[in-house]
This record gives sequence, C-alpha cells and structure tokens, in this order.
Amino acid sequence: MVDLSVDLGFLKLKNPVIAASGTFGYGLEFEPLYDLNLLGGLVVKGLYFKPREGNRPPRLAESPCGLINSIGLQGIGVEAFCHEILPKLAGLQTAVIANVCGEEEEEYARVAEYLSRHRGLAALELNISCPNVREGGMCPAQDPEATYRTVKRVKQVSSLPLITKLSPNVTDITAVALAAEEAGSQAVSLVNTFLALALDIESRKPKLGNVLGGLSGPAIKPLALRMVFEVARKVKIPVIGLGGIFSSQDALEFMVAGASAVQVGTANFVNPLACPEIIKGMEDWAESQGISSLNEIVGSLRV
Amino acid sequence: MFQDKNARITETRSWGNYFLLRVSAPQIAREARPGQFLMIRVSSSLNPLLRRPLSIHNCTASEIEIFFQVTGEGTRLLSKKITGEELDVMGPCGCGFSLKPEFKGREIFCVGGGRGLAPLFFLARELQTIGATPVVFYGGQTLSDLPLKNRLEEAGWETNFSTDDGSYGFTGLVTQLVEQELRNRKPAFLFGCGPEGMMARLADICQLSNLGAEFSLESIMGCGLGACWGCVRKIKKGSEIKYHRICQDGPVFPAEEIVWSGD
Repeated sequence: MVDLSVDLGFLKLKNPVIAASGTFGYGLEFEPLYDLNLLGGLVVKGLYFKPREGNRPPRLAESPCGLINSIGLQGIGVEAFCHEILPKLAGLQTAVIANVCGEEEEEYARVAEYLSRHRGLAALELNISCPNVREGGMCPAQDPEATYRTVKRVKQVSSLPLITKLSPNVTDITAVALAAEEAGSQAVSLVNTFLALALDIESRKPKLGNVLGGLSGPAIKPLALRMVFEVARKVKIPVIGLGGIFSSQDALEFMVAGASAVQVGTANFVNPLACPEIIKGMEDWAESQGISSLNEIVGSLRV
Repeated sequence: MFQDKNARITETRSWGNYFLLRVSAPQIAREARPGQFLMIRVSSSLNPLLRRPLSIHNCTASEIEIFFQVTGEGTRLLSKKITGEELDVMGPCGCGFSLKPEFKGREIFCVGGGRGLAPLFFLARELQTIGATPVVFYGGQTLSDLPLKNRLEEAGWETNFSTDDGSYGFTGLVTQLVEQELRNRKPAFLFGCGPEGMMARLADICQLSNLGAEFSLESIMGCGLGACWGCVRKIKKGSEIKYHRICQDGPVFPAEEIVWSGD
C-alpha cells in the first residue's frame, strides 16, 4: 500500500496532484468526466474583485508541443465566485484553492480578504505572475520587492495559507521565491507561463489578439523543472512544481527535483482525465519501486 | 459528456480535400443532439497538442460521423486515419440547435456553406423526426466543394445547390439563393453554418424577412468544456456585449446575439 498523501505543513493533500489555475475553470467543468474527489486539490481560475472582460481573441495559438494563451483572466469576480460557485465546491473532499489576482497591491488584498471570509477554501494561491494582463507581460513576480510587498499585504488581511505563484520570466527566480518566503508565504508554486509570441508570416500579424501570450505545455517542462530544482534548494517552504506535466513520470521528475506537490495544467485540455491518470501512474510506480510514501522522493535528486 | 479513448473508426470516405469519418462511440452517440460537437485527439503524440473541435455530422444509436475539410495540420492528420484505427473522442460538447415544437408541419431552412454543411445533416434528420420539413441549401465555390450532394439528394429532402462559378445548381452565392427563395416561401426558421461572411449576410437577410435564425460558430479551442475561456467571441445578450465561450455557451447562437467580425 502506497501512501500518496503529502504534507505541506499548512495543508495535507491526499495525493500530490493539483489541477492548475486557468486550466480547470471554477472546478465544476470537469465534474461530468470524473470524480473531483480523486484530486489532491484544485486551483480555480484567477479571481479579480470585479468581473473581468479578458483579452481580445484569438486567445490561443499552438506551437510545437506547446500552447500559447492570452486569455487575460476573463472571469466572474470574487463575489459571484463566493456566492455561486464556492458553496458547490465546499462539499468536495479535495483541497479547493482560490487563485487571487489584482491590478495593484490593494486589489490583491481586497480579493484575499473577501475570500477569507468564506468557508470552503484550503488555501489561497497568489497570482502575481500572469503575463497576459499588462503591457509587455509585466507583473509583481518580476521584482523581489514588489513580490515581498504584495505577499506581506495579503498576509495582513488573510489568515488562509498562502501559496505564491511565480513567474519564469525573470533573471533569477530564486530571489523572487526568497522574497515571497520572507514575506510569509507558506509555499511557492512555479512556474507560470513563459512570455511568448506566435505570428503569421503571410499576414505579418501576431496570432494572438493581445500580441504576446504565455507558453505552456510539454515544450516548457525542462525549463520549469530546472527552476523548481533551483528554488527548492534555496527556500525552506514547500515548492509546488508545474510546467508541462503530462504524465506520472513528469510529475515524479518534479518531485525528485524538489517539489512537494505538483500542478497539472495544459494536460487537462489534451487529456481531460490527465489528473486521475497521473495519480494512478504515480501510485503504480511507487508500488513497483517499493516506495511506501511519495514524500520519500521529494528533493531526492543525486547531484 | 464522455471521453471515449477507443472509438473505432468503422468507415472513411473522401472527396478531394473533404473527408468523412464514422466512429463507434455508443455513449456519446446516445446523448448527442444536432449542433453539438466532439473534441478529437488527432495524434497520440503531443504535437499538435490540442484536440480539434468537429461538429457531429450524423449520429446513429451507436455511431457518430464527422465531416471535415483539411484546413491545417490537425485535420490533415485526421484525414489519414483508416478504418479499424481508434480515436480518442470526447463529447458531446456544447449546446445544439434549438428544435422547437412549433416547427412541426413547417419548412425549416438549413443553409450550409462548404464544410459548414457538417452539422446540418444531423439537424435535417432530427427536424424530419419532429415533423418539420427541412429545406437544405448547400453552397460552394465549385462543384467539387459540394461532396455531399448525392448524400443529400438520397436523403430525400428538398436540396438547393449553388456554386460561385455555376458548375452546379444556382450560379452565385448561397445567400443569394436563400434570398430568392424567401421571396415566395415562408419558412418557420433558418439554421446556418459556414464562412463568417456568409452567416453575417444570412443574419441580415433573416432580419429583413423577420425570420428567426441560429448559426453555428467555430473557433480554435483549448478544452471544449468551458474551463479555459480560450474560444470566446463577442455575444450580445440584451443590451450587454460580452465575450462568451463558443464551446460552452455555443457553438450555436441566435442570430441576433452574434456580433459579426465585420461590424
């Protein structure tokens, strides 16, 4: 019998697989296809205080083994989420995590504060790393000081555990991770998407309405794995790894590199059963290796 | 909604650049309604990555047909599939055409341009089942763009063909043919699918004739489940124009709600 549960300190997950924000709607979209209680957790789509229109279409473009998106965090806003969606998620036996967005520091705080007043959330994930909402892909996660300030401000207004989601579009991701840790974040999740461009040579136009987008999928996996490895060696808080995880092997690689848990994103589109299949695959692997708990392999890379 | 990872291909047909695949997918077939679509994995590799959305062209108790034109890498790979191969198919996705009881005993125009005929075959069959009379319009640039001509004729519905070059049927656009027919007939409704310009023009014609209409829209899609918000377009509900998901709120929308790209 393999113990799949992982303990993040502030949160115990029944298994290490969390559905990633932006790829899993508000959680209920995949319910017709499988029992959401199979998941270690799920992170809902990014929430601003008010409903948000999102970016001009086209919002998706494919690249080899990758997907470039510029959704721009279209969404229903925190109020509608708390009243219409959260009560339906509250009965689930899985960790429901809300992804917190903001135009500026104060909005992050308002969203976090509003969410904290409602029951049913296991943690907040602070989205300071979306490349699709500001000109040139700018976001707080590109600057350790802005990261520190935003995390600190949110910690003041919310007692829920906080996971800070980091951007790969930086020179040194470990500096940003350390800033989040110092400001009181209980975990970091990485990586968000890589700022990218897709274009058409005949029309000389970008393929996305918003010109730039964020690259995800198998194409970014080795880059994400490297960053998880680097960050896990520097911080003491748990690292949640994501970026192109499509199989149980991918998920296990992130854990060996130092991730205590993983998120599965783009794979949910390609194979809607990706999460439960990855969980099963990890269990089968651990059993075949005689590993009794997946916690044993976290950060076990021999270098 | 089901994912059938092993939907066996039972028949393939092709006409130049147009293809028809029939797959065995009983669970999906039982639930499918006209206007809904499938998300199909075109390759077991991760390149191309995304599933492809394809309208349900026809549906029996246990089998589903798709009809498509090769327009890119995904459809090219799909066109290479052979009988006996298995496909990973998810569906039925989205909301279909609105089949209303008052259609009974009335003519319903079903207007397809090129590959846009795809969802209208299943629709015409269902219209017939509820006692309505489907009147099909099928337009293309030239005769080879009307590969389903014989199939429609065999189905026994009144079918009106048009080609831009006059190689078959009415010479001109299918919208002109519909406009001409509307001078002396009074259908209860119009359903359409095809190029954006064709549908926008049909919407204008329907508005002038005070004829209700619905159109099936297409888009690149991420998930097909309403989770990613990648397939949106502007839709007008009352006085509010917002981005709506084609996969979830559509792909079929009432004519008056669609904000056409030329507007």
